[in-house]
Amino acid sequence: MAAYLRPKRLEDALATMAEPGWVVLAGGTDHFPARVTHTPDEAILDVTALSELKGIDRMADGGLRLGAGVTWTEVIEAALPPACDGLKAAAREVGGVQIQNRGTIGGNLCNASPAADGVPPLLSLDAEVELASASGTRRLPLGRFILGNRHTARRSNELLVAVHLPAPALEATGRFLKLGARRYLVISIVMVAGTLSRTADGTIVAARLAVGACSAAAVRLPALEAALIGRPVTEAAAALQPSHLDLLRPIDDGRADAPYRRHAAATLVRRCLNELARAA
Amino acid sequence: MLLTLTVNGARRSLDVDPARRLSRMLREDLGLTGTKVGCDAGDCGACTVRLDGRQVCACLVPAAQADGATIVTVEGLADPDGRLSALQRAFHRHGAAQCGICTPGMLMAADDLLAVNSAPDHQAVLDALGGVLCRCTGYLKIVDAVLDVASNAPDPAMPEAGAAVGARVNRLDGHGKLDGRELYGDDQTPAGVMWLRVLRSPHPLADFTLGDIDVWLKITPGVLRVLTASDVPGHNSFGIYPTLKDQPVFAESFVRYRGEAVAGILVEDRAAFEALDLDGFPIAWTPRDALVGTEAGLSPAAEQLHASSPGNVLIRGRVKSGDVEAALAEAAVVVETEIDTPFVEHAYIEPECGWAARDGDRVTVWVTTQTPYMDRDEVAHVLGIAPKDVRVIPSAVGGGFGGKLDQSVQLPLAVAAWVTGRPVATLYHRPESMASSTKRHPARMTASLGAAADGRIIGFKFHGDFDTGAYASWGPTVAGRVPVHAPGPYRVPNVLATSAAVYTNGPPAGAFRGFGVPQAAIAGEALMDRAAERLGLDPLAFRLANALRAGDTTATGQVLHASIGLAACLEALQPRWDDWKPQVAAFNATARATRRGIGIGCMWYGCGNTSMSNPSIFRLGLKPSGRLTLYNGATDIGQGSYTIMAQIAADALGAPLERIDQVWGDTDRTPDAGKTSASRQTFVSGKAAELASRDLRGQILRAVNAGDDATLSFENDCVRVHDKEGERVLALTNLPVDGEGDVLVGEGTFDPPTTPLDGDGQGIPYATYAFAAQIALVEVDTELGTTKVLKMVAAHDVGKAINPTLVEGQIHGGIAQGLGLALMEEYIPGRTENLHDYLIPTVGDMPEIECILIEDPEPLGPYGAKGIGEPALVPTAPAILGAIRHATGADIRRVPALPHRVLAAIHATRHIKEEVE
Repeated sequence: MAAYLRPKRLEDALATMAEPGWVVLAGGTDHFPARVTHTPDEAILDVTALSELKGIDRMADGGLRLGAGVTWTEVIEAALPPACDGLKAAAREVGGVQIQNRGTIGGNLCNASPAADGVPPLLSLDAEVELASASGTRRLPLGRFILGNRHTARRSNELLVAVHLPAPALEATGRFLKLGARRYLVISIVMVAGTLSRTADGTIVAARLAVGACSAAAVRLPALEAALIGRPVTEAAAALQPSHLDLLRPIDDGRADAPYRRHAAATLVRRCLNELARAA
Repeated sequence: MLLTLTVNGARRSLDVDPARRLSRMLREDLGLTGTKVGCDAGDCGACTVRLDGRQVCACLVPAAQADGATIVTVEGLADPDGRLSALQRAFHRHGAAQCGICTPGMLMAADDLLAVNSAPDHQAVLDALGGVLCRCTGYLKIVDAVLDVASNAPDPAMPEAGAAVGARVNRLDGHGKLDGRELYGDDQTPAGVMWLRVLRSPHPLADFTLGDIDVWLKITPGVLRVLTASDVPGHNSFGIYPTLKDQPVFAESFVRYRGEAVAGILVEDRAAFEALDLDGFPIAWTPRDALVGTEAGLSPAAEQLHASSPGNVLIRGRVKSGDVEAALAEAAVVVETEIDTPFVEHAYIEPECGWAARDGDRVTVWVTTQTPYMDRDEVAHVLGIAPKDVRVIPSAVGGGFGGKLDQSVQLPLAVAAWVTGRPVATLYHRPESMASSTKRHPARMTASLGAAADGRIIGFKFHGDFDTGAYASWGPTVAGRVPVHAPGPYRVPNVLATSAAVYTNGPPAGAFRGFGVPQAAIAGEALMDRAAERLGLDPLAFRLANALRAGDTTATGQVLHASIGLAACLEALQPRWDDWKPQVAAFNATARATRRGIGIGCMWYGCGNTSMSNPSIFRLGLKPSGRLTLYNGATDIGQGSYTIMAQIAADALGAPLERIDQVWGDTDRTPDAGKTSASRQTFVSGKAAELASRDLRGQILRAVNAGDDATLSFENDCVRVHDKEGERVLALTNLPVDGEGDVLVGEGTFDPPTTPLDGDGQGIPYATYAFAAQIALVEVDTELGTTKVLKMVAAHDVGKAINPTLVEGQIHGGIAQGLGLALMEEYIPGRTENLHDYLIPTVGDMPEIECILIEDPEPLGPYGAKGIGEPALVPTAPAILGAIRHATGADIRRVPALPHRVLAAIHATRHIKEEVE
């Protein structure tokens, strides 16, 4: 039987990761579904006992640090600024309550499904990931961490230890909209997350929109975000142009066809902007 | 790794593989089989337990993470003395458990909610239960039960003698479904058995050659033996129809569908079974171009999949009456449609599983099944032994819906047990279950309906090509049943309805709740709506005007005499329909992106086999103790035949229900009650139970020379018989007992009277028909194409509701499956072989449902009863699709009405409008 390690100290985990061949296991909600047909004999590093991966903390600079092992339920139950309302809404859409109770933010990002519910809201919060290895730590913007379908920039000796939400993005309102063919336990056809920062008179000073399940990895919409700057928030939705979605690369699959996904993404972006405009 | 944890209040220490799933540890290491496993992927929630208070899927938790934790499973809910908790009792009295396989998960999810919120609102209950799938109940009674826990209402009293029929009796087999003691297919495997894994084809059509299996055996740990076609001792063939045994137990040199069985690999134990990786198995595949869909199967250039079926047409069905062409030519209004439906998966939460053992010249198979007697005969055929040498013992069945009417594990298990002499077990994993098992037939249908200016339907023409997949299975049943039902429950003087079952390289399409009738109803009811619209008539009024009534003749020439409750169903729906119309108009007057609509679907459904004998035999025995034993072969797959048969037997005998014990489904001990299919058990087996009971009653009365109006009183050593002459006593303790220990045994047989259909489909295909109408209120997001069903009202003529709670449960569950058919379910081989890519409705998708039970008694049925299982599903999809059309104008011609299809259909109506304008 292969090894199963559940270290309590991060340095022990990172020392282990220096050796090749370890499978990292956190909440198990993606690990076990990938092992339905048979159970391989593999070396497992269980990271759920690492205190460095736990907790949601406000940093000195006003940003938030979410341990990679934070579960979706912990996100839902945490006192977070309104900018995180989209993240909380997404957390409620991850599987059922059973999955929310075990699945972790870090696992969602490392699994890198194109339809990962956590990615668009974290993109809309300018999230950065903190990666640690025995030789040190580094930070990457989330958009440069997830490179494609099931593909990340994590090196085999690295562990994702935290997600950082910088202070400016937290001075905003946030929303998340998910479209699926049923209620609960559904893989998204399209999802949209957004945050808007505005002046007291309602002028948009920062906009962060992200679309999931319409590309190999969820993407931000920089052209739309640029077009929104300086507009009154009440006219945000009117700024949306079809070309703003040109960078989406939706696919045809059993859940929907590509033209529909593009159309639905535009509809959800518009609705998201309208909801953000209405938010206090 | 040594773990210490608290399970249901007890400290437990055990040495387990830390990577092992908690679900396996609970079930196999701690013997707590109440926690069920449906998918091993967190998709179904059946394995939900509470870990440190929180609901989790035990299949997703490594044992290591349970170290030091507190776990509560379903076994931990009841009091130590066995008394059910308030939550369990609420489930019981609401009929919230049907098959019961999801019940432990539902209970634990609800228990988590109630621990933090003792008075949850409706939305909180939905959110808490959203992670557990149920395929039987339609969820509503589960939600009602959770909302009603606080009332702590008492259990309904058991009925007095003579009052069982019609009573809302708690499910008699319900207790074990609530406390985790019920034993399903994977809950009763003895230690020390071999395990069998079936090697399956990854290709829909391919030739193959097996390599050097001996070498593979040597290098693969834990493997004992490989079974292939040459190991099958009798016939390497099976199939529902005696002349159509076209499917091999193990393919010989080529396969006709993805998921077809090729070999059976025997391993030493369950650990080896779970670890077994078949990637290196020595087999070389040469794929060929597969026939996908009926058009490909029917193409003149298509490969011939079965030598006996030229053109890949397995069978055709036909019903002809009058002259439909002339009728359509003279009709004031003719409407036409084409409808496509997909493969639909049964998605029972319990996968196929069981075990088998050889004892001398006999073999016994324990298996989750809807049809133990057909299993017995099929195993005998494959082993080349007599049916009497096969014993089939059904486990509790965690959902069937037609999918457990075919052979799955039975045959490889029986072969393995027979040739090795050792007991052997198996369990399909979810992708294997979905790839290998039968499906609802995809249908490609064209239909036209003609009506006179006065609103009379005068002609209906229908053709459906049904994709029967790689093997015949129940294809002939579908091809035969569809043309009879296609015209719908209406008076139609001129009909031509034809069907073809077409072989393709899809999965075998078999029996699925309705045998093709739900598909045909989508086409027929769409035409009813459109004809009504063209005639300027209300859709309900148009249906009512054309509804079959007593004295009418069907398209098969059958004159209907009694129990024809469609008009009564429609009349019962009328007030709701009339309420909804102005509500919808008011909503749509102000709504922007969303629009509401209402729709209606009607159906009829012949109970029992089509023009074929399908008898049931029942026995009721009397023990010297004065207790009664019902030998009940009507397999209960959650629909409630265990309870219903006893209710009927009790009243027919004149005994209190609580006096009856049961022996259930064991082919050595219960007489053949046929299969649980075709909505036949209440009608056919129920009648046999009634007759058995009356036979026993007659024996008792004759023994004491009492008259038929006597009342019976069962006591611990005698039966007291009272009539106007006074009391007589039949002493029981001095009477000889038979092998079952009974002193008297009543027997009853019922075979519904039918006649064969001729070449034009003329004859009496069914002895009785169920009728129903359902209406739906939906809301469509016209920008996204999403549909939410808000409300449904279902009026069903069931003849007599033997147990109204169970009947409502069937209706709710049928509506859930009909909603899935309409809106989300589409099985695509290789792409939707799990329960997250294949979507079935969750608790959040269900509408409010009002059930209206119409009781127009069927003279042949027990106390007037007929079937409800399949009828519950048939009208749902037509009603929902009609409501989408009413809301948006969108004409949905391909189901499921996924958002992108609805949106495309909405856009198509706009283009049409623009062209017209």
